[in-house]
Amino acid sequence: MSADDSKMDSGGHARRWPWTRFLLPVYVFVIMLYTMVPIAVMIIYGFNQAPNRRLTFAWQGFTTEWYQHLFDIADLTSALVTSIEVAVISSIIAVILGVPAALALARRRFFGRRIMDLTIITNLTAPTVVVGASLLGFFVTISLARGIGTIIIAHVAVSVAVVIIIIQARLASMDESLEEAAQDLGASPWIAFWKVTGPLISPAIFSAFMLSFALSIDDYIITSFVNGQTLTFPLWVAGAVKVGIPPQVFVLGTLIFVVGVVIAAATLVLQSRSNRKLKAEMAPADDWHV
Amino acid sequence: MGRNFKKKVTPLLLTAPANFWLWAFFTIPLISILWLSLTTGNTLDGFTLTWNFGIYPDAVSQYSEQFGRSFLYGGISTALALIFMYPVAYWIAFRGGKYKAIFLFLLLLPFLVSFIIRILTWQFILADNGIVLSALKDIGLVSQNAHVLSTPFAVIAGLTYDNLPWMALPVYVALDGIKRDQIEAASDLYASGYQRFRTVILPLSAPGIYAGILLVGISSVGDFLSAQILGGPSTTMIGNIIQTQYVQNQNYPLASALSLVLMVALLAFVVLYGRFFGSKTLKEFAG
Repeated sequence: MSADDSKMDSGGHARRWPWTRFLLPVYVFVIMLYTMVPIAVMIIYGFNQAPNRRLTFAWQGFTTEWYQHLFDIADLTSALVTSIEVAVISSIIAVILGVPAALALARRRFFGRRIMDLTIITNLTAPTVVVGASLLGFFVTISLARGIGTIIIAHVAVSVAVVIIIIQARLASMDESLEEAAQDLGASPWIAFWKVTGPLISPAIFSAFMLSFALSIDDYIITSFVNGQTLTFPLWVAGAVKVGIPPQVFVLGTLIFVVGVVIAAATLVLQSRSNRKLKAEMAPADDWHV
Repeated sequence: MGRNFKKKVTPLLLTAPANFWLWAFFTIPLISILWLSLTTGNTLDGFTLTWNFGIYPDAVSQYSEQFGRSFLYGGISTALALIFMYPVAYWIAFRGGKYKAIFLFLLLLPFLVSFIIRILTWQFILADNGIVLSALKDIGLVSQNAHVLSTPFAVIAGLTYDNLPWMALPVYVALDGIKRDQIEAASDLYASGYQRFRTVILPLSAPGIYAGILLVGISSVGDFLSAQILGGPSTTMIGNIIQTQYVQNQNYPLASALSLVLMVALLAFVVLYGRFFGSKTLKEFAG
């Protein structure tokens, strides 16, 4: 691609306009910097001294105290544990429900398919405040007690659509002939899935799981409707805003961020490696967009 | 017959669990708030259906200000997100070279910070004695009692920042998918840089812009955390009203009516926008 670019430029015609040569990189740099500022604020304020154990907006001096007393606030720790539990359980359920549905939607025509497509699209475009509000109205109507159970139900209702979309997109970009070949060779659809389709879509299943995990652990809006007395990490933090944020919030945020960066970087490296492998193995079938 | 029957039933079985979940915990609740909005009563005595359609005009006129504000703030922050992210996505897609993946990774870093903390940090940045204002006050650029928190600016800043990655991703995917030979063809036909952008790159990236505007627009119009944390009494959005009426006041009929109005207004916007902008611009730009 870079070769194309240079060819285009040395070709004489279509010289870059001055703004793409100079102004654009500067603009990109400024915007990138702007997107990093809140991340820096989070990391830096995790090292701020806080005599009353609540952060002030002004800088008080450097300390690593909050890293040593990371789990001192029992409520905050248990809210974080709840968040992780909800994210793991709801993502597992969403994947179990979503993968078979995506297989059917990507490969078969069947009765009710259009309605299902429509439901998924509406689900993905519905404002989360409406999803949360309608679920609360529904839980009240059927008098289902609100708590961790209803939070999980609500999170699955959102992430199952996300899982289906991701897996379906992956299946659509994949050649169906591989599965057909397996079945022609006498494999049952079940075996064909476990031996052929499953391994091929496993990266997509992993990203679907990670995305639904991230959506769940991050969610404030929907959870704030259906939580009852249960507090997740975002709800606890929002509640603490009025009295002042303990520094541990930013420290935990920083640690979650670091873990996220490591996982994302590892995935990137692994994916580009397996992509290269796939490309080498199936040289004629190029354009593997992931 | 056995094989045929199996072929028909298998997809139904495969989709049944997901369908059940989507209907039971998305579609039916959505329909049920229509019912809930037409009831009267309270949490102690229960709610009975009274076909109280009057709640809709009442709700809209009572909260027209908050509705208007939500669409205004949402619109501004969506436009800002596009202005900020399009050039960056463009640069990464066409000038990123072999470091493309790394630049994209850096651009999407805010995704890895918890949603609530992303908004919270803006409170620290914009506070009266926070990083920005205290520095500006020290050098005398703004007056000592200047403040930003609780103003529309603060809420829009939070909304915009929060949704940036959702704009960056679809726009980048669209730009990156443009085939180099199409751009080269334009150059071969002696298109200037601007013409190349206007007639080839912009129309081909229109689907990404469209998706980004939808994602960011819907999520920022319905958001209430930014207004809750960075705003004040004069910046209340419709999401805040729905949340308070539902969770604190337990006025389920009113809150249900407000949610349905919001949902329908956004759906109307999606459909109109799809008709008017989605297909039209694509054709116009291409033709």
